[in-house]
Amino acid sequence: MKRVVITGAGTINALGQDVPSTLEAMREGRCGIGPLEFRDVERLAIRIGGQVKGYDPDAAFSRQDLALYDRFTQFAMIAAREAVAQSGLEFTEALALKTGVILGNSGGGMTTLDENYRSVYEDGKNRVHPFVVPKLMNSAATSHVSMAWGLRGPGFTVSSACASSNHAMAQAFQMVHGGLAPVMLTGGSESMLCFGGVKAWEGLRVMSRDGCRPFSLDRNGMVQGEGAGIFVFEEYGHARARGADILAEVAGYAMTSDASDIVMPSREGAARAIAGALQDALIAPDAVGYINAHGTGTSANDKIECAAVEDVFGPHAGRLMISSTKSMHGHLIGGTGAVELLACIMALRDGVIAPTINYGVPDPECALDVVPNEAREAHVEVALSNAFAFGGLNAVLALRRAG
Amino acid sequence: MNNPDTSISDRVIAIIAEQAMLEPSDVTPGSTLEELGVDSLGLVESIFAIEEAFDINVPFNANAPSAGDFDISTVGAIAASVRRLIAEQS
Repeated sequence: MKRVVITGAGTINALGQDVPSTLEAMREGRCGIGPLEFRDVERLAIRIGGQVKGYDPDAAFSRQDLALYDRFTQFAMIAAREAVAQSGLEFTEALALKTGVILGNSGGGMTTLDENYRSVYEDGKNRVHPFVVPKLMNSAATSHVSMAWGLRGPGFTVSSACASSNHAMAQAFQMVHGGLAPVMLTGGSESMLCFGGVKAWEGLRVMSRDGCRPFSLDRNGMVQGEGAGIFVFEEYGHARARGADILAEVAGYAMTSDASDIVMPSREGAARAIAGALQDALIAPDAVGYINAHGTGTSANDKIECAAVEDVFGPHAGRLMISSTKSMHGHLIGGTGAVELLACIMALRDGVIAPTINYGVPDPECALDVVPNEAREAHVEVALSNAFAFGGLNAVLALRRAG
Repeated sequence: MNNPDTSISDRVIAIIAEQAMLEPSDVTPGSTLEELGVDSLGLVESIFAIEEAFDINVPFNANAPSAGDFDISTVGAIAASVRRLIAEQS
């Protein structure tokens, strides 16, 4: 089996419109969550989110592109540009024929849906733009990334709600690991921050009106974010041969299903995914220094996730660090694991652990080192990234320090 | 005309009975949701049905079902909270 390394990373999210600015915000414990700005927001009960602000689509894309790119595709393209540029890869004909794209996404083109439903139902129009379907399909971002670089290997979108990106990256890892492709572009993107998107979430009664406070006893729900994270996964020998800068190694992963409830998480399902990733990567539990938590800030997730970590790590659970960067960028749903992988790379590469901000009151049911409020310097050899989706679909990735 | 208080209580009982897949006669004001087999999703659906039926907003967060001043300890307590919200929001 081939070793798999990360040689490029890109992002756009509420903390920053590239990787350096996002990591700087994570180091500073900055909060990207604020008042939502879009049409009809005054009709919502939930009016905060991790929205990408100060972003000008016209500066990033041509008019023709924007006719086809929903916001979630725009985010994927921006992040992919950064990742490919950082990797230094040149997609020759031979390489492009084998390179594929696997991205995570949950909602598809929600803004496109919202605008066009409004147009036909509310405004009573009987005609919509001809590209509504290719714009809203949740595989559109994958297709446009493949087209932009002529990547003609395996390509598809993975949808598993809040675990979509982790499932996508696990699939991309498997492609390279198994020798099916030397390079894969992977990660995920999401943009549900429009009136209909937030209204739907509001109905579930799990959203916070005032902030995301994972693991803190005073937490009262999740806060949505938006954006994308895209990575270049590359076969180790391929990366070495061209002298690429290796950001981290993807050491393994595991996926499990709870098969129990459509919204409530399961301690057992989460624990099996964490333990499975360690087994797959041949990593001893006490080698893990950092876990990027799913950490949604809901009552149920946080205590069950902490219990699962305790089940897997035993006494080492109290020694490792576990933080939720959702406190800063919000929950990007199908794109969340991708943006959160950046915190794992920062831990491994820069020795900086992103904090869980907004932490105020210790919760005895979340009694782990959640790196409260301030980033911390630490040497980390192995980091995990957890994602536990609605409907009990779990995926955990294990990353190792390059070198 | 029916006593409005009785009517509110009966309508709340009917909503919760439907969620619990029981006859309204099997649901009493003293019943707890747990006894009736209404889980967290059933509770969120019941709250939605109550908001629609009485045209009120119920301040309910599934992360802290017992917090806030909407008492869900029994069916009777829910009906009383609904009565108060109707008075406050009318």
